[in-house]
Amino acid sequence: MSVIDCQHVSIRYITGDFKSIGLKEYVVRRLTRNYHVKEFWADKDVTFRLEKGDMLGIIGSNGAGKSTLLKAITGIMVPTGGHIRVNGNIAALLELASGFDGDMTVRENTYLRGALLGYTRKFLDEKYDEIIRFAELEDFQDYMFKQLSSGMKSRLAFSIACLVNPDILILDEVLSVGDGAFRKKSGAKMTEIINSGVTAILVSHVMPQVRELCNKILWLEHGKQIAFSDDVETICDAYEEFLNNPDKKKKPPKNEKQLLELSEKYKVRMALEREKKEQAEREKLAKAVADLEAQRKAAGEGDDAGKG
Amino acid sequence: MSLDKISNTIQKYWFMFTELVKRDFKQRYKRSILGMAWSVLSPLLTLLVMKIIFSTFFSKNIPHYTIYLLSGNIILSYYKESTKNGMRSLTSNAKIFTKINVPKWLFLLSKNVSALVNFGLTLLVYFAFCIFDRIEFSPRMVILIFPSLCLLILNIGIGAILSAMYVFFEDTSYLYDVVLTLLTYVSAIFYSVSMFTRDVQRLFLLNPVYVYIKYFRMVVIDGVVPSLSYHLLCVFYAVFYLSIGMTIYKKYNHKFLYYL
Repeated sequence: MSVIDCQHVSIRYITGDFKSIGLKEYVVRRLTRNYHVKEFWADKDVTFRLEKGDMLGIIGSNGAGKSTLLKAITGIMVPTGGHIRVNGNIAALLELASGFDGDMTVRENTYLRGALLGYTRKFLDEKYDEIIRFAELEDFQDYMFKQLSSGMKSRLAFSIACLVNPDILILDEVLSVGDGAFRKKSGAKMTEIINSGVTAILVSHVMPQVRELCNKILWLEHGKQIAFSDDVETICDAYEEFLNNPDKKKKPPKNEKQLLELSEKYKVRMALEREKKEQAEREKLAKAVADLEAQRKAAGEGDDAGKG
Repeated sequence: MSLDKISNTIQKYWFMFTELVKRDFKQRYKRSILGMAWSVLSPLLTLLVMKIIFSTFFSKNIPHYTIYLLSGNIILSYYKESTKNGMRSLTSNAKIFTKINVPKWLFLLSKNVSALVNFGLTLLVYFAFCIFDRIEFSPRMVILIFPSLCLLILNIGIGAILSAMYVFFEDTSYLYDVVLTLLTYVSAIFYSVSMFTRDVQRLFLLNPVYVYIKYFRMVVIDGVVPSLSYHLLCVFYAVFYLSIGMTIYKKYNHKFLYYL
């Protein structure tokens, strides 16, 4: 049984006049037929399936529908069309530092957040010390949350969300949080969770990271699924080539053939660039050698002159 | 779903619920003792002012005028507080449910709990005043649990309707303030409806808050238990508004997100 199964998932968003107009204004606009609402598809017909232990990278330019898709997988949003089946409990790291209560202590906030994430009281009682220790907040447990620095806040949020052993881990452009030492620690924790055999989804703009970590890849562009494949390298190549195109009206590849062409183009370009680089390097080296030679010659001539 | 899974889910939600209730209490009382005392003092102050001003006009025709006033005051203020808190339950927790998948009605219920506890406190004051006003206690008064329960359900229903509206329309809170002011005048807090004709008196029964206030006065002041049809009316209002609220939540549950 697959862990995550997305079948033809489409999500429709609405934008337009309705936000922050009051009831009175709404009635007036409705009566004068001046009320406009636009619909757009944040995701259109996205289909993919993940097995246990898979690590999916989601790529695509801004506004491609990546975060919306993540929200649908975590159950915060419900797809307008299609369906999503998820087996296992999800730990999602989506801007988790918000939603705490500033007037409550660190301890109280930890329990509240834990409860909202679906932990049991027993589990939290057992894990509480570990969470605080990991967040390095032992001396701040009875401080008001608003008294913490922003680094401390994100450390706490991270620790609460990650010290469970989730079946599914969802990361929206975060692999690590905090500063310096904690960054390393949280990064290590992430790697540990990923290596423990969970199914993970990573949204990232850092291509080397995606190439290194992911074994499956999903490319979205304006809500449309460009590709879903386990050939991570080819898709990443094509995507980077697509990004490299400065044309503002560029179109993403429509079919596999175009995709392969793009990826070939990328390989050619890379090879060319590598060659250029090597050429430049060679030229630089040659120039340095020549310079050195010239210097030596000049010095030699100087000596000669001295002798004469 | 297996039985084990169901009990697990209930446990999970119960834990969420208790933690939310704890938070709402802390927010409300901000860890001060005066905060708790204030919820008792504030209806007393209102009572004092009303008593001083309206006694000259109405106290001759209305027996036990202090209790008459207090009955109206505590029920109306419970209704006001509960629905106003309920109205904000979605918007004030938007940061949570747009990031974490939690059932949204938990926020509404938890806000209602703190208002209910507050109502319990004012009820204690109410019974203390019953002693002052030389009202005889009888086992009959246990039945006051019935209108209180109906009121709780009504408040949850109205809170659900308002909280959904408040997500969609920012001016809901202003409009509702106007509604509440009007409601105060048509709930017969400080006057008696006997001044009106029978037909007008019947119109008052369209107002659920007045229906519950009248229930209290009948039991405590008149010493009678209302008729069966009156009970049915109480239940009707509670169930009616709750089902509207639930329908709205069901319909818009996944649309709230677009507006926040």
